[in-house]
Amino acid sequence: MKNNYIGQAWLVLVLAIVFGSALAGVQTTLQGRINENKLKDTMTQIPNLVPDAETGVQDVIGGVTVFKAMDKGNQQVGWVIQASGQGFADVIELLVGMSLDGATITGLYVLDQKETPGLGNKIVDDDWRDQFNGQPAGAPLTVVKNKVTEKNDEIQAVTGATISSDSVVAIVNKAVGQFRAALNK
Amino acid sequence: MTNDGPTPLERFIRGILPENPVYRQLLGMCPTLAVTNSMRAAMTMAGAVAFVLICANIVTSLIRGLLKPHLRILVFTLTIATFVTIADRLIAAFMYDMSKQLGPYIPLIIVNCIIICRCEVCASKQSVFTATSDALGQALGNMLALASIATVREILGTGMWFGWRVLPAAWPDWVVMVLPPGAFLTLGLLLGCANWISVKWAQHGRKA
Repeated sequence: MKNNYIGQAWLVLVLAIVFGSALAGVQTTLQGRINENKLKDTMTQIPNLVPDAETGVQDVIGGVTVFKAMDKGNQQVGWVIQASGQGFADVIELLVGMSLDGATITGLYVLDQKETPGLGNKIVDDDWRDQFNGQPAGAPLTVVKNKVTEKNDEIQAVTGATISSDSVVAIVNKAVGQFRAALNK
Repeated sequence: MTNDGPTPLERFIRGILPENPVYRQLLGMCPTLAVTNSMRAAMTMAGAVAFVLICANIVTSLIRGLLKPHLRILVFTLTIATFVTIADRLIAAFMYDMSKQLGPYIPLIIVNCIIICRCEVCASKQSVFTATSDALGQALGNMLALASIATVREILGTGMWFGWRVLPAAWPDWVVMVLPPGAFLTLGLLLGCANWISVKWAQHGRKA
């Protein structure tokens, strides 16, 4: 018993189970609060994502959770959709601003990311995110490298962070596609 | 358990200056450079490191009799990763702005050598009490080091300290100090100062 694998590794196995359950407990306890923080963050970002927007109202369209962006007079001026997917290091969570008819992307905000510092985390920089403003939502966006983008539908990758750039564009494309399908139903 | 290692008090004092994790052991350089552009970020980081260091040292010391030599690093990493994840979730829940600002640097505490070094050097060999005071000393040393770098960078870079204005508004903010080059400049100069002081002390001790 002393020399078989279980005899050698029982401590690691027991610790893995104990620590795993402890983490599950922490996550369950704090999840509500973290989501509340993210919701608050979303609400403060809505004016930056949709032109003229002041506040947001949560809504569900075709099974997709969205925020209606409202202006001062409580008229809807656009949409903000939540999107998430796998990045290079961890899950990336995004907010995408859309025009009222769902034809144009009006803004992008990174809600949560753990990309490589100095490379992939440049996806949060204003300069990079601004490329998404005004892009047509009808066709999927594509990522290009080492080229100034003049044509529509093209996003220039962050240098040294192709996977992070590809991930963000893929997440945006998927979420925008689903949202448009839900909106046109 | 034999107890021939340094006493708890020695461990505590060593962590502050003679074996300061940043200035003397040169461990954990990546977060030291990355998060010291403001006092708030540096203190959040130092607090998270202190939490992980203390918890990991206590747990490692408690199970030190059960460790198998060839599996010990695995156990250390598992323990550290657990407490880092807890720290990360706590910061995301209660200090959301800080969590966004520090981003991946909190989860990266897992690979911070300071902690695994203390598990290996002290906690896996000595009693819980010694391991705790060792962790407190090292955490305090790390906090003082981060605070000294962040103080220089934030004051020269923005004229503020902890967000309070300390230099007159006429101060031309040396923006370079809050950018990465400022981190290297400040760390290098302060490291030089720390070495100079310890050489002076050693000479003084010899004369007396």
